[in-house]
Amino acid sequence: MSTEKPKATFKKIHSTDKMKVIMEQHFRELDEAAKTKSRKIAWCTSVGPAELLRAAGFLVFFPENHGAMLGSTRMATDLIPVANAIGYSPDICSYLTADIGSYIKGTSPISKAYPGISGPPRPDVLVFNTNQCRDVHDWFNFYGREFNVPVIGVQTHRGVGDITKAHIDSISTQIKALVPTLEEIAGKKLDYDELKRIVGLSRQCTDLWKEVLEIASNVPSPLTFFDGTIQMGPAVVLRGEQRAVDFYKELLAELKQRVKDRVAAIDGEKFRLYWEGMPVWGKLRELSTQFAELSTCVLASTYCSSWVFPALDPDDPFDSMARAYIELFIVRDENYKEKYFENQVNKYKIDGMIFHDAKTCPNNSNNRYGMPERLAKKYDMPMLVIHGDLNDLRCYSEEQARTNIEAFIEQLAEKKS
Amino acid sequence: MSQNAFFGGVDIGASATKVAIIDDARQLVASDVRKTGVSFEACAQEAMDSALASCGLNLSDLSRIFSTGYGRHNVVFAHGTRTEIACHARAAHHFFPHRITVVDVGGQDNKIIHIGADGKRENFKMNRKCAAGTGAFLEEVAQRMDIPMDQLDSLAREASSIVHMGSYCTVFTKTEILAHLRAGKKIPEIVAGLIESVVKRIVEMNPLAGDVVVSGGVVDHNPVLAEMLARHLGHAVHILPHAQLAGALGAALLAAEESK
Repeated sequence: MSTEKPKATFKKIHSTDKMKVIMEQHFRELDEAAKTKSRKIAWCTSVGPAELLRAAGFLVFFPENHGAMLGSTRMATDLIPVANAIGYSPDICSYLTADIGSYIKGTSPISKAYPGISGPPRPDVLVFNTNQCRDVHDWFNFYGREFNVPVIGVQTHRGVGDITKAHIDSISTQIKALVPTLEEIAGKKLDYDELKRIVGLSRQCTDLWKEVLEIASNVPSPLTFFDGTIQMGPAVVLRGEQRAVDFYKELLAELKQRVKDRVAAIDGEKFRLYWEGMPVWGKLRELSTQFAELSTCVLASTYCSSWVFPALDPDDPFDSMARAYIELFIVRDENYKEKYFENQVNKYKIDGMIFHDAKTCPNNSNNRYGMPERLAKKYDMPMLVIHGDLNDLRCYSEEQARTNIEAFIEQLAEKKS
Repeated sequence: MSQNAFFGGVDIGASATKVAIIDDARQLVASDVRKTGVSFEACAQEAMDSALASCGLNLSDLSRIFSTGYGRHNVVFAHGTRTEIACHARAAHHFFPHRITVVDVGGQDNKIIHIGADGKRENFKMNRKCAAGTGAFLEEVAQRMDIPMDQLDSLAREASSIVHMGSYCTVFTKTEILAHLRAGKKIPEIVAGLIESVVKRIVEMNPLAGDVVVSGGVVDHNPVLAEMLARHLGHAVHILPHAQLAGALGAALLAAEESK
């Protein structure tokens, strides 16, 4: 009898096929190198000095990418308790706990996705940058002990307002200090020209990725935040490589064609939302379906923009890497973040914002110091906070989230009526 | 009676299922409340059948029916669904058609909804995942103390003082109660402390500005909760008429409006 039968439709982004190819190449190259010892392997945090590692001759593996894979495949929730049992609290980063659980259990989504690969490649060095959080350092220290390899990195300042020369000098000096250890492990001197080349490629990649994200400012948007969480893979793990640049050129062309043809990512787009905070990796399908059924496009996020580094400059690699890696949103103070949101709200013509309060990720949960309340007042814009987690679905109530989202869209509809 | 148009609302909550039937003058003509149980569909049907029987109507006499609550998508005879936030807001605005703050204390979640004079929601907040401060909290603790739920209100009123609960965790509170019992605290004082704990959970969710209207089954059965909340806020609070039916009534009102 019910007359309301919502239906979600999704449009395939054809460039995804190319992305799948280059992502598989990435994992198979790492696996081959680990098995044959043909190349040294560095593990790097997601916004660590990847350009330097590549220039020094390393293949680079990103455990946070593995953490996201553990989340999206829903393997994480079974593996987190394994790490909890050996003393890693359920309250700390669930990328960390899922990844360590995965290591202990000897199971990985990489081997499920790419038959023949047993899991993450054995590292020769672990290189962190605490610009994400302190947890990445403790995460890498676990593997440093397990593999008996060096753990080196950069300690980034937190709550940064204006970025000063002192900040840049501090980070740049720390990045330079990594070079001797990397040279020793790689068995060769750092090629400065190669570093400049790779920083240049990384800059090209990041510029294209930024353009991909900003195409969502079109009405209707040709891209959703959920698309972004998939398409961002190469920007994270292949920045500094030509194939990432080639991929984003293709993706951008496809999205520009969508704009030209007025193809909306969400048919009948009624509401445009901003997602603040981490994705709920294990619920991307459910959430994207619900928003589509509500004719709502979640089209922009801080998270996907975390791999936009306009400061990178091939002519000044060390200082520009330092600037790029400290001017990130996650490192900044509340005043900076508030101004950042102002820009995003205007750029993307946002009707409302959803803040994901991720239980195990305080650094990426920006609702905890009154931000949604301040923004709601400032822009007369509805804000919603969803409680959940990036990987630990024990912290997520599906029904509560669904009801909150549905009620939020009702509120937006009332506001527009 | 059947020359009028009638509208229905079904609220399948975590604890109870409620049905409200209204006429085209927006007057409540029949209702039913029963425990939700495990089959949402069957429970909704039984509750609707019971309400219809009590006013001599058939299902086909209802022009439009909306469902709400956790089981809103399981009501096969409903024409549409709305969230419980929308429905509680609508019911509250029906009785208090000015700027209000609605506090719904439900079986497993609490909601605070700010409504403008035009009836539109300005914002809302649900409690976090934890059920502390909801009906489930009172149920759990009452069961541990072997007190029937329908005696909580009268026991709380007997208290000459309040045993303040320190934790917001239901499990910790149960342990805390054991300590109070061992220390010889009186049952009414402990029960008053439990109700006060619900009040504390409510006021820490969101600012309660202006005229406050409380809805939901918990306050319907325990009006002492509204009195304690009023004392805490320092001004009167209203209990919504038919407080437990608020979700179902709001659904029926929305069904009536949207059938125009």
